[in-house]
Amino acid sequence: MTLTVAPAHPASPDAGFFVAPPALSRTRHLLGLEGFSGAEILDLLDHAHTYRERWRTQGRAPSRELAGVEVCHAFFEDSTRTRASFELAALRLGATSVAFTAGGSSVSKGESLLDTLQTLAAMGVDLVVLRHRSSGAAAYVAQQLEAGVINAGDGMHEHPTQGLLDLLTLRDAWSGRFEGRRLAIVGDIAHSRVARSALHGLLALGSEVTLAGPSTLMPAEIEALGVEVARSVEDAMAGADGVMALRLQRERMESGLLPSLSEYARVWGITPPRVALMKPEAVVLHPGPMNRGVEIAPEVADGGRSRILAQVENGVAVRSAVLSRLAQAARERRAAHL
Amino acid sequence: MSDSSARGAANAVTLIRDARHWQTGERIERAFANGQVLERAPAAPDRVIEAGGAILAPGLVDLHVHLREPGQTAKETIESGARAAAAGGFTSVACMPNTKPVLDSVAWIEWVRHRAEKALCRVLPIAAVTVGQEGAQLTEFVALERAGAVALSDDGRPIMNAGLMRHALEYAKQTRLPIVVHEEDLTLRGDGAMNEGLTATRLGIRGIPAAAESVMVRRDVELAELTQGRVHFAHLSCKASFDALRDGKARGLRVSGETCPHYWMLTDEAVADYDTRAKMNPPLRSDLDREATVEAIADGTIDCFVTDHAPHTEDEKRQPFDQAPFGIVGLETALALTIAGLVRPGHLSLSRALELWTEAPRRVFGLPEVSIEPGSPADLVLFDPELEWTVDTSRFASRGRNTPFDGWRLSGRVLATFCGGQQTFALEGAPAEARA
Repeated sequence: MTLTVAPAHPASPDAGFFVAPPALSRTRHLLGLEGFSGAEILDLLDHAHTYRERWRTQGRAPSRELAGVEVCHAFFEDSTRTRASFELAALRLGATSVAFTAGGSSVSKGESLLDTLQTLAAMGVDLVVLRHRSSGAAAYVAQQLEAGVINAGDGMHEHPTQGLLDLLTLRDAWSGRFEGRRLAIVGDIAHSRVARSALHGLLALGSEVTLAGPSTLMPAEIEALGVEVARSVEDAMAGADGVMALRLQRERMESGLLPSLSEYARVWGITPPRVALMKPEAVVLHPGPMNRGVEIAPEVADGGRSRILAQVENGVAVRSAVLSRLAQAARERRAAHL
Repeated sequence: MSDSSARGAANAVTLIRDARHWQTGERIERAFANGQVLERAPAAPDRVIEAGGAILAPGLVDLHVHLREPGQTAKETIESGARAAAAGGFTSVACMPNTKPVLDSVAWIEWVRHRAEKALCRVLPIAAVTVGQEGAQLTEFVALERAGAVALSDDGRPIMNAGLMRHALEYAKQTRLPIVVHEEDLTLRGDGAMNEGLTATRLGIRGIPAAAESVMVRRDVELAELTQGRVHFAHLSCKASFDALRDGKARGLRVSGETCPHYWMLTDEAVADYDTRAKMNPPLRSDLDREATVEAIADGTIDCFVTDHAPHTEDEKRQPFDQAPFGIVGLETALALTIAGLVRPGHLSLSRALELWTEAPRRVFGLPEVSIEPGSPADLVLFDPELEWTVDTSRFASRGRNTPFDGWRLSGRVLATFCGGQQTFALEGAPAEARA
């Protein structure tokens, strides 16, 4: 284990109602990439890389590595790919998975998140993979439960395993070198947990991040995190080493944040001429699911620069690495209780 | 206040010896009986309190508290809220009408007054401006005033309809009641849960811009001019609002404003990492706004202090940030936070700070004067500005434990509170208790 450095945010000594633990109370939870050091991230990426290469060369038969470890996939918000990715990761390492979804559960009967999670904790699961519509939900659950918590997306806050899989994808594309590289992130930054995790990770690794998007979708004072905000998508992409297109949701129009999809596609869409502004070896990422023809042109999504399917493959590897690391800590806790 | 709730016979004489005058600092003694401060102390008082140099001041007044009764007694009751008030040195509190049901009728105002008869401080009900606080139909202002309402407010909600606000200000001129406004443009607030800024961006929490408050203050300054009505701005939190209020005052309008200790003590960084105890509305703002709060207090733009005491149950606050209710409790920490944030750094003298908790709020609502001089009602607080203590919510009289100041080391502690001559609070181990 190398994830043993001091927390970036010291926990309050007077933790009262609800003071969240640090972003990662290191070996125990993965709540976000904010506060991670570059070395810690690279270590996790190395670990993920090992799994990926093993599966590529030796096949994907489940190992026994996490035999006996119980993982609860608690998805309080719709998800297809992230949930499948986590379940596959657990399966390939031989962990026992139980799934919990909000629809048709006690949550829809009015039970609080805390009550639901305490029920799961009483069942004794080791790890909880949590997706929730509230920012901070993962931190909140982590504070309340003995189990390790992996944030699989909390509101508009972070989606750290998505951030890690983006970083793994970029490391491959960038020949292992993050310093001096620059990624453009384009679209709805304000509501994007994907963008937040990616930018924290990239900044920790020494890369530069340029954001671009409609000003109604740009969060307040984000430059203070150490990123640049470009005036146009062209400015953001010119000379970049890659671009990440974010998904645009139709409800953004209904809430008056944007005039129309076609206007958005015209001004902010990732199109072949804009891709041509980047460096020749630059790559295109998208967290999916895509609105083809809106935030990304089909020929870009399917073109030679696209690393979108590589992202999906890397997702399973990254989630395996995270489950493996946190399961180790969970086992140690369990042993201490025996 | 009924006599049965407090200690001692009403006609017994209590003498407070060796106190310091809250304005002049000189050593004084004061005797009171039958609820009034006496001209001179009799030779043989029934009870003597050795103040040991503690400061004697008029009882504090809080024009903005939520006592949650009727309807939400798990959060607070009139009895528990008044007990918390007494512990904080308050002898009068004005309670907001956003209860369940809303205090929008004579019957409910009378009900609150009846429930408060045995409470440990004077409870002054504020009536709703609109029926059910729904922002549609005005309540019966004249009847509500006669029933004992001291102000009108839809607090908890803004009056979004400018036309209705105009009519409310015009109609309220038939009474002496100010309209107390919770300024928040709901279309600008949206689903926001904390101040818009870097912390909200970092945490991924929807922001509430300061302009959500200040545009409404600007609007109502204009409406105060149009109607020549009487507007009191509740819990102001940001620079642009103070500027608007300053402007209204410069134009000679009948406008006043209040702010709360948390706005001069904290910024939105207190919300990191998702601490729901620091979730309130208006939200904690930027450091620039915090500094502007201090400035508006120091230059007299702010007319009085309030706590906006807003108790919630632990279960309600123990939720993900966006789902937890807004509000913090404040009655039991107000005085110490005033000393910590304003007096110690030299922004205000202690006597001016106390004035903003005593005489100033009485002026704002037109309440009877209270002093520590002979003939005044014996609404008194005895406190030690130097006495250090640690905020411990488990010892609060309030049912609410929701404050970000839990565990803070502060100085300034109430030793004893007297309301209408009856002792309503005595600090454990303090002289006022030992000799009682």
